[in-house]
Amino acid sequence: MISQLKNIGFLRGLVVTLKTTFRSSVTAEYPRVDKRIQVAERFMGFPALLWDSNIVEPYCTGCMVCVRNCPTQCMSAEMKDNPKFEDGTSGRRKIINEFEINLGRCILCGICVDVCNFDAIEMSHEHELSKYQRNGNRANLETLLRMGMEFQNKVNWTPKQPEKNSGKPKEKVSKSKTSEDLPNPLKLDKSLNSESSEKDSSE
Amino acid sequence: MQVSQSKINDDAIDLMINMGPQHPSTHGVFRLVIWVDGEKIQKVEPHIGYLHRGSEKICESESYNQIITLFDRLDYVGNLNNELAFSLAVEKLMDLEIPERAQYIRVILCELNRIASHMLFYGVYGLDAGATTPMLYGFRERERIQELFESVTGARLMHNYIRIGGIKEDVESDFKDKVHKLINDLKKSVDECDDLLSNNEMFLVRTKNIGIITADEAIDLGLSGPSLRASGVLEDIRVTDPYSIYDRFDFGIPVGSKGDCWDRYFVRVQEMRESIKIIEQALVDLPEGEIITPIKGMVRPPKGEVFVRTESPRGDLGVFVVSDGSDKPYRVKVRPPSFVNLQALELMLRDTYLADAVLVLGSIDIIMGEVDR
Repeated sequence: MISQLKNIGFLRGLVVTLKTTFRSSVTAEYPRVDKRIQVAERFMGFPALLWDSNIVEPYCTGCMVCVRNCPTQCMSAEMKDNPKFEDGTSGRRKIINEFEINLGRCILCGICVDVCNFDAIEMSHEHELSKYQRNGNRANLETLLRMGMEFQNKVNWTPKQPEKNSGKPKEKVSKSKTSEDLPNPLKLDKSLNSESSEKDSSE
Repeated sequence: MQVSQSKINDDAIDLMINMGPQHPSTHGVFRLVIWVDGEKIQKVEPHIGYLHRGSEKICESESYNQIITLFDRLDYVGNLNNELAFSLAVEKLMDLEIPERAQYIRVILCELNRIASHMLFYGVYGLDAGATTPMLYGFRERERIQELFESVTGARLMHNYIRIGGIKEDVESDFKDKVHKLINDLKKSVDECDDLLSNNEMFLVRTKNIGIITADEAIDLGLSGPSLRASGVLEDIRVTDPYSIYDRFDFGIPVGSKGDCWDRYFVRVQEMRESIKIIEQALVDLPEGEIITPIKGMVRPPKGEVFVRTESPRGDLGVFVVSDGSDKPYRVKVRPPSFVNLQALELMLRDTYLADAVLVLGSIDIIMGEVDR
């Protein structure tokens, strides 16, 4: 009898729904903070700039490699001479002066993180940025650093290339200005500049 | 029911109906103009282009790594399969050797993506037929797959995970266990979904013998993927022209008999089971090792052109890349399966009832992002 009933497709469907009735819910109540589904550790939210708390300055040197590689051109950056380099407290000769990401235009592809040589940018877990203003999603340097610091604290972030990007000033020898002893960031700056100039000439 | 090839009698047409572009069951922005005689459809005229973003043209001004993000957005339900197609094309042009581990991870994720895509189809097709429950089931299962994608690739939909030469980053250490658990659950859920809808009498009446397309017609129109297999043609690029490492796996090709809407639906349900088989085998063989062949500097394929065809969840996805040796392609052409499958709509809809138009359209499983590009 039961096997006969099982052949009726409609009843088979009803059995499935009946089973589901006694199963726990899979949906979450979104607006309640304690009931939200947590994002995965690798979740790619909006890009954020990271903070080097040892030297107390951003990792970013404003080399523009992320700006050039962004598929949607949502970033702009500007570098300046690092005053801490003059003091000898930092190994970064150049430092970021202004940085703006239009988060409304960002497509969260993560290419900026891939191309960054200085571990300066990372996809944070920030993903809720509804704003009332049309340009409210233009995040400036301060906002980006705050997002980055929140992210660093949340995931215990460590740089991928800790030695290269430590930002510690090099020994006194570096002041002799021979090319081998120059601090690392400068070397990178140079190589980047040469790469970009090469690219410009090819275009 | 025989699909009639008779000439349309203009006198018999008494009403023109406009369906779309903002119709909820057109799966995107798609406009269909239908001429009816009473309740019978005499002629249809599809209008496409509402979602045209000029992806192919944009490709010419982007570097190869940036183009992968554009391919994510073509078929926005089977993203990884699209990424794979483009990567394979460029890799073929550059003659790159892909590490084994990357190949396996690609296949596992692509097959999971196929299941997710078919789950979406399952849910939405139930909705098209007037059954609201299957949508909840289909989306629940798809959500689990997306959760896994989030933990692996960092994004639920637009992954940008497959790179030219391999994949972006290695999977987490508990990846194998996670996928094992997921596919064990998916096996049960596919059966559950099958029980819920496939043999429901009302669903059968709505979908059997509707929108029939014979094997010859399907081949003539260039149908591919599940829509072609539903007509009884044994053609799956993963088997007939294997790419990546699909020749190492043992799996079946589900084939329909009649080519009606129910066959097109059921082929997809069966395909989910076959995909699970592939994932199981790939998990057993998943080797350790490198995940990407490093490329120095920008990706600059040598001068030349290449065509690669892959089996996306919707059918034969072809990518044609012409390189002039620079870091940007000279031309990228996509052969989207949905676009070609859509050509069969007129033949399928001829002489069916107006009420079935939505079901026939849904059974082709079109994604407008891919049709309009």
